[in-house]
This record gives sequence, C-alpha cells and structure tokens, in this order.
Amino acid sequence: MAFVASRPEPTLPAPVAAAGVLGWLRQNLFSSPINTLVTIIVLYAIYRIVDPLISWAFINAVWTGTSADACPDGHGACWAFVRARFRQIVYGDYPLDQLWRINVLYAIFAGGLVALMYPRTPGRKWVGLFMLTGFPVVAFLLLVGGVFGLRFVGTNNWGGLMLTLVVAVTAIVGSIPLGLILALGRRSEMKAIRSVSTAFIELWRGVPLIAVLFMASALFPLFTPEGVNFDKLVRTLLAFAIFSSAFMAEVFRGGLQAIPRGQYEAAKSLGIGYWKMMGYVILPQAIRHVIPALVNTCIGIFKETTLVLVIGLTDLLGVIQLGLSDTDWIGGGHIYASGYLFAGLAFWAFTFGMSRYSIHLERHSVSGKNQALQTL
Amino acid sequence: MAVETTDDRVRNTSFVFWSSSKYRTKFYEVLVLGLLFASLYWIINNVVTNLNRLGIRTGFGFLKQEAGFDIGQTLVTYNEASSYGSAVLVALLNTVLMSLLAIVFATIIGFVVGVSRLSSNWLLSRAATAYVEIFRNMPLLLQIFFWYFAVLRALPVPRQSIAFFDTIYINNRGIYAPSPVFEPGFGIVIAALVMALGVAIALRRWARVRQSRTGQPFPVLVTSLIIIIGLLLVSAAVAGFPLSWQVPALKGFNYTGGFSVIPELVAMVVALSIYHASFVAEIVRGGVLSVRRGQVEAARAMGLRPGQIMREVIVPQALRVIIPPLSNQYLNLAKSSALAAAIAYPDLMHVLGGAVLAQTGQPIEVMTIVMGTYLAISLLIALFMNWYNRRSSLVER
Amino acid sequence: MNEAQGAAMIEIRDVHKWFGDFHVLKNINLTVAKGERIVICGPSGSGKSTLIRCINRLEAHQQGNIIVDGIELTDNLKQIDAIRSEVGMVFQDFNLFPHLTVLENLVLAPHLVRRMPRAEAEEIAMNYLGRVRIPDQANKYPGQLSGGQQQRVAIARSLCMSPKIMLFDEVTSALDPEMVKEVLDVMIGLADEGMTMLVVTHEMGFARTVANRVIFMDLGQIIEENEPRAFFEAPQHERTRNFLEQILSH
Ligand SMILES: Nc1ncnc2c1ncn2[C@@H]1O[C@H](COP(=O)(O)OP(=O)(O)O)[C@@H](O)[C@H]1O
Ligand SMILES: [Mg+2]
Repeated sequence: MAFVASRPEPTLPAPVAAAGVLGWLRQNLFSSPINTLVTIIVLYAIYRIVDPLISWAFINAVWTGTSADACPDGHGACWAFVRARFRQIVYGDYPLDQLWRINVLYAIFAGGLVALMYPRTPGRKWVGLFMLTGFPVVAFLLLVGGVFGLRFVGTNNWGGLMLTLVVAVTAIVGSIPLGLILALGRRSEMKAIRSVSTAFIELWRGVPLIAVLFMASALFPLFTPEGVNFDKLVRTLLAFAIFSSAFMAEVFRGGLQAIPRGQYEAAKSLGIGYWKMMGYVILPQAIRHVIPALVNTCIGIFKETTLVLVIGLTDLLGVIQLGLSDTDWIGGGHIYASGYLFAGLAFWAFTFGMSRYSIHLERHSVSGKNQALQTL
Repeated sequence: MAVETTDDRVRNTSFVFWSSSKYRTKFYEVLVLGLLFASLYWIINNVVTNLNRLGIRTGFGFLKQEAGFDIGQTLVTYNEASSYGSAVLVALLNTVLMSLLAIVFATIIGFVVGVSRLSSNWLLSRAATAYVEIFRNMPLLLQIFFWYFAVLRALPVPRQSIAFFDTIYINNRGIYAPSPVFEPGFGIVIAALVMALGVAIALRRWARVRQSRTGQPFPVLVTSLIIIIGLLLVSAAVAGFPLSWQVPALKGFNYTGGFSVIPELVAMVVALSIYHASFVAEIVRGGVLSVRRGQVEAARAMGLRPGQIMREVIVPQALRVIIPPLSNQYLNLAKSSALAAAIAYPDLMHVLGGAVLAQTGQPIEVMTIVMGTYLAISLLIALFMNWYNRRSSLVER
Repeated sequence: MNEAQGAAMIEIRDVHKWFGDFHVLKNINLTVAKGERIVICGPSGSGKSTLIRCINRLEAHQQGNIIVDGIELTDNLKQIDAIRSEVGMVFQDFNLFPHLTVLENLVLAPHLVRRMPRAEAEEIAMNYLGRVRIPDQANKYPGQLSGGQQQRVAIARSLCMSPKIMLFDEVTSALDPEMVKEVLDVMIGLADEGMTMLVVTHEMGFARTVANRVIFMDLGQIIEENEPRAFFEAPQHERTRNFLEQILSH
C-alpha cells in the first residue's frame, strides 16, 4: 500500500477549454448561460451608445464656422463653437498681446508637475518647495502685473482654464496648511482649542459650497470696515480655501488617528517635544497614510472650482456657458452638448490623471513597505 | 483620572509631551481663544456699523410679511399673497423632494453599478468601471448644465411634444403625464389594499415562526404578491373600477391637466442621481469587497445556496461597512442639491438667495436661514450615523 | 486499509487542475475508505489546500474524476449541494461569521440547509459546543473569543451538519502554541469516534498518533504515501527526507 512516485509528473499545458484566449473568453464572458446573456446585452448596449456617439462626435460633426448657422440641427457635434471660443477657453479675456505671460506659467506649471511626478528628478525636493512657495509668487506677479514693467491686468479679464487653475491651486495650496492646523487642533489635549477646531470644521462641512461662495460675494463686504474692499476673486479664493480646509482637516485627522498610540508613546518616552514629535515622527507617517484621501479631496476641489461661475466669475465652464449665450451661437442642444462635452473632457483629463497618479503612489508605497519587510 | 485632580508632581511627570508645565498649555489656550474672540468681535462690530451706515433693517420680522412673488413649483399651497415664511417652507420642501428623489435613484443605480463592477463577467465589470470613472470625474455643475441646457431645454416646443402612447408628453417645458382621478367607491379599493398589506405582513410573520419551528421555508414574496394583486383586482371589479385618468391636453401654449414635472427638477434629479451613483457604486463595491473571501467559502462549504449566502453572510457584513459612508454620501448629495440655483430650480438656495434676498435686502438673516437649514440637515444625518455605528459595530475582544 | 474495510468514501482518479496556465495538481490518485484518517503534508504552495478544496468543489478540477460517497463531482449544482452538506471543512483562519453569535453560527446551516427546526438545531449545537468544551460561550460573538476557542467553534459548526467526511486545512497554523493542543484534542476525539478525516497539517505528533496514512505532496504531485511509522522512520523519496529533516530539525 505504500506508494512512492517513480518520476516527477510532467507539467502539462492546460486543456484548451481552460487556457489561452478561448479559456479566457469562456471564463470571463461565457461561463454560464446567464453570463452569456449578460455579455450579449452589454455588447448590444455598448453598440447602441458608442455607434451614435461616434457618428455624432466625428462623422457628422461640424469643425469649422463662425456662428450657429454653421451647425444646423440634426447634424453632429458643433466643434466649430469650441474652436471659435478656444482662446477664451484657455486664456479668458486676458489681453491678446500679454498671452505669453500665461503661456510661461502654463509651461512652468506643467514642467513642475512632470518633474514632481517623475521619482528620479534631481533635486525633486527643491522643485516641490518651489512649486509650493516660489511658483505662487511668480504666478501672482506675472498674472497681475503692474511691476517690472509688466502691464497691469485686472482680475475681471481672467478666465477660462487659467482661472480654473488659479482657483484650484490656491484652494489646494491654501487649504493644506490650514487643514493641518485644524486637524492638530481637533486632536489637541486642550479642550478649548479642540472645541473651537471641531466647531469650525463641522460648520463648513455642513453647508453647501455654493452658499459659502454666495456669502463671500454678498455678505463679505459687511464684514470689513467701510472703505476696505477686497477684489471679488480674492474673496472667492479665501472662501474656497477656508471651506476646503475643513475637508482637508478631516483627511489629516484620519491619518493622525491611524498612527498607533505606541508611536506617540515612544516619542514621548524619548523626551521629544510636541512639535518635534509631530514634525519628525507622527506627520511623516500620517501623510503617507492619507495620500489617497488627500488626492480625492483635491479632485473634489478641482471639480468644485466650476461653482465660481454662479457668482459671476468665468472659469473654464463659465467661458463655455458665456459663449453659449452669445447671440452668434444661440442654437440647438447639440451646440450646448458640444461645449459641455469639451469642457467635461478637459476637466476629466485633470481629475482622472490625478486619481491615476494617486493609485500609482499607493502601489508604490505599498511595494516600498514590502521591501522594508523583506529586509527585516 | 486621579492624576488629573490633585498631585502636581504626578501630573507633570506624566505630561512629558507638552514640555514642562500646565501653565504653558493654559497660556496657549487663552491666546487662541483671545484671538478668536477679538476677531469675532471685530467682525460683528463691522457688521453692526455697516448695517447702521447702510440703513439695513435687521431681524426676522420679514418672515411674516407678504412675499409677493410666485414660485414655479409648490408642494403646499402658496401664492403671491403668502408670506416669506411660507416661501421658505415651499423652497425647503422643493429641496427635500429633489434630494429624496435623487437619493432613491442614486442608491438604485449605485448598487447596480457597484455590484456589476464585481461581476465575474469581464465586459459588465468593465462597463461599470467606465460608468464610475466617467461620471465621478466630471464636475457636477457641468453635468447639471448638460442635462438641463443640452437635453431638456433642447426638447421640442409644446406643439411638437414627443408623445408616448398619446398620454405622456415631453417638451421643453416639462414632462406631462396622466394623473389619477379617484371616483366614489375608491375607498373600497384602498381598504382592500390595506387589508392585503396586513395579510402580507401577517403571512411574513407566520412564515418566520413556522420556519423557526419546523425548518420549512415558505414562499412569502410570491404568495404576498398574488394576494395583494388579487385583492386589488377583485375589489376594483366589485366597485366598478372607480379610477379614471386625467390625460394632459394641449391648451394654448402648453399642456394642462394631469401631472407635470418641471424640467429643472428632472435635470437636477437626473444629474444628481447619475453623479452620486458613481460614488455610491464605489461605496457598495468597497463594502462587498470588505467581506473576506473566507466568509463566502465557509458558507459554501456548509452547503448554503448562493441566495442564502448573499442574505445571511454577505449583506449583513457589507451593510455595516456601507452605511456610514453611504449616509455621508447622502449628506453630500443634499448639500450639492443647492446647485439647483444655477438652473433656477426653486430650491432653498435659489428662492432665498434670489427673490427673498433681493426684496428684503437682509443678507445676514437670509444667509443665516440657508446655512442653518443645511446645518440642521447635516446634523440629523450625523446623529443617525452615530446611532447606527454604535448599534452595529462588531463586538470585538 | 483495503477494500474489505468498506466502500470508498472518497475516490480521486487521475485528477489534474490548472489555475489559468499554472498546473497545480498533477495526476492525483487517492482513495479514502470510510473511517480513514489521512494526513497530508508538504511544502507551502505544493497544492495541499487546492487538493482538499477540490473535494467539496470550492475549486473545480479540469481532468479526472472525484467521487465522494458515491456521488461524482461535476458541474451539476444539485450534486455539489448534496456533497457539501456531507463534507465539513475547517479553515486555517476559522472563517466564523463575525456578525452572528457562536450559537447562531452553529444553527445557520442545519436550519437553512437541513431545514431543521430552530429549537432542535440549537439543541444539537449546544451538544457540540459541549463536546468542544465551550458551552458557556454560546451567546458571545466570535470576536470575543480566543483563537483556539474560535477554531473549536468552527469545528463544532461543521459537525452540526453531521458530515460523513471532515476536511481540515492547517487548522492550527494560525494559533498560538498553547492553543494548538486544545484544538488537536478535539480532532483526536473525532478520530476516536471513527470520522473520516483529511487533515492538512505540519503537526507531526498528530500525524504519528492519529493518521492511518501520511501523504507527502510537492509541486502538485503526490510524492510518497505510507503508514505513519514507515513514513517517518523510513521515508523512501529524497524530497520526503529533505522535507522531514527541515520540519523536524527544530
Ligand atoms: N485561486 C488561485 N488562483 C491562482 N493560483 C492559485 C490560487 N490558489 C492557489 N494558487 C496557487 O496554487 C499553488 C498551490 O496553492 P495551495 O493549494 O494553497 O498550496 P498549499 O496549501 O500546499 O500551500 C500555489 O502556488 C498558489 O499560489
Ligand atoms: Mg494551504
């Protein structure tokens, strides 16, 4: 009854039904009658959506023209509208001969982002520091002008993608430190500070952004002494940053909570003070922990920049909306659809990019962790 | 506890982390509070001065005065002679209606998409992924504009309405559908319905007790449906079918009679549902994925059927993970419904921030009402969440 | 262990299994008679779990036949259900249902699958809880129990279905050393009652005293099979020797 294998069993290829393309199809699309039915239904639905979409967006689309007349009803998309408005979409109403200023900023912004994303950039830390501190100053000087012989350009000329990025970047960059302070406040051992932080955070988290922006535009002038007047854009940016900081605070709080007590205790038992403990021990861990949530909040902020159009600023979507109400372009729903689809794609490119990058970061840090374990 | 109360030495040694003494702590506390109160005082002072200077009235007295404007959608009786208070109520109800409808649809779509993403069917899960990635990555306001301006407002004028079966009409002014007209004798049908529902509930209870006692399951759902539909049909026949439909008809420039929905509401509900469904889908997916594989394997190894595994093992565990973020998402939905103001749907934000503010000229009071209402909604949902979390948290060692 | 001992409970003939293109089980042949206790050992990744998971169709094999208590495992759902309610399985990480109390964990399957009245199922459940020596924990939640207690509950949960065969997949591997014995004692008790058992384990003491046969698997293949004494004292195959040296050396 004893048995000893006389030879190693050969490794055989899987039977055709289980391997290769056929096996994959069978397992993933046709594993059961119901599955096959689902596959057929989904295929049909995709066909019914994609086929008309392609003929609308490409085959029947109108690419050139200067008014709605070029895009009669019953045709496809009206890309002529987007082309006619393209400059406003990218630059707003910035003076034509000054567009180079925006182009320079776009270039620095794009270059900085690429340098930051690529892990082996030399001096990546310094690039990051510059993007967080120097770049906003440069951007401010370049966009507003009035110094170094640059012509002054009022914020009422700002618009389009440029304004969207200004609002998004200010809100994100402004809300991170503010949120961090609030989060620390909410976890402070001092009761008064804890209550104030909690109340502040919950207040902003409980109201709609549009109401906050509305307040910034209608109510803010009442808050300042007579004669002190802030630019509408400045008020909006302020409101945006404060509103977003409440959400950032919750993100950081999540990260702080995820740090085990032992880390605090170890730091305390080494006699490290509060700020050093936070700066060198707790925050570096917490921030790595919150990257996905942080990016999600940034994506949320980026999408919500569109709300500024409600109080009369013309961001990317605002420019489109303004263009659509231009008498030259009054027309059927397909012109609207073209405008929104283009704006949507533009926003989507940014937000989808951000979410992909966050997933990449997560994977990256996870593999880093595994390596750390392997070296133990 | 004891450490806090008396002995200073004990307290100091256990308090290494805030370097030395408790006075330093107090100092910071007082400093922060002082700064806070100073700035609050400064703002309030400015507000009072500004209000006096501009001669703006204060107080909520205006709520009792006649509003003098009309509202495009009213769920309770309201006309131009009603008060500002009633206008606020109408607006609030419009917000609630829109949010509730959107919550229902977002939940349904979200669950379907979320579960589809987990399907073993590659095509279905990819399609669901595409849905999520497309809709959650585009600004909500843009989607609202799309449905409103590019789809609904672009529908034909009333004279060329799209008709379904000559009873439902869709045009750029809204959707018009027949409304039921209850004739005498309808009470019998209602009584029958109540009775049938009662029977169904009793049946369910009985079936449970029976299964517990004998182990034999009973097809409650099918039986109940048969009873309800049967009783309804019989009672309607007895009463002589006491229900007729008022079909909308084209009079002048638009359809009248029947049941109508304004396009702003449709656009808002569609946009909110589709947008938030993409988040709900992710929440549902996360919840189902949080149930460990081994749970399902153990249940399968014990011989439970797929339906039983779903009902007894996956759903109860997934729900605990799903409900807190889901209620948070509902809260987000309710807040984002304030975007309705951008397409002039008469919700809280639009009515108060628009007509009420313009006519009363009292921005502080108006914004207080708006913010206060949304805060109250947030608070209610937060209370629910806390209650649920406390009730459902798993018992751990 | 010959034919005279009775009909085969499990018959595995020329079974092959692939995960995608990966050949996990290679030409497996194994017959288990009623009341037999088989210990399967082998290096991690050798396919032990996969093999016993094929017996209750948690995994499907692609070639060969598996016949359990006279029922052949095919795609037929009825037959799969029939086999699963006769084969109990205990997992390395317990897999108790955390949202149900211990008693509810035990009652679930008898009530829903066997359609047993709840009171009767509870009586049986309490009986088995007594047998695994934790009757006083019936109304606690799994999260409130120690690992050893949880694993004993898991065993009791399987026994409540009155299985004819029990599969154990490294059930002591996730336990602290002092809890291993309490679980092994329960398993020895089961063996004494004549349960047919397939046990994947590295507890060699258990294998020596309880098993009728020990099987060594490597790279998806059964390398050696023998009664315990011979298996441990005179392993025939070089890989078996290497493996035994490694696990017995400390
Ligand atoms: N569901 C699966 N899909 C793909 N490969 C798997 C799966 N389950 C197990 N494997 C692989 O099959 C091999 C055998 O696994 P297993 O039976 O769990 O080994 P053992 O229990 O002996 O440690 C391993 O290489 C494992 O990685
Ligand atoms: Mg294993």
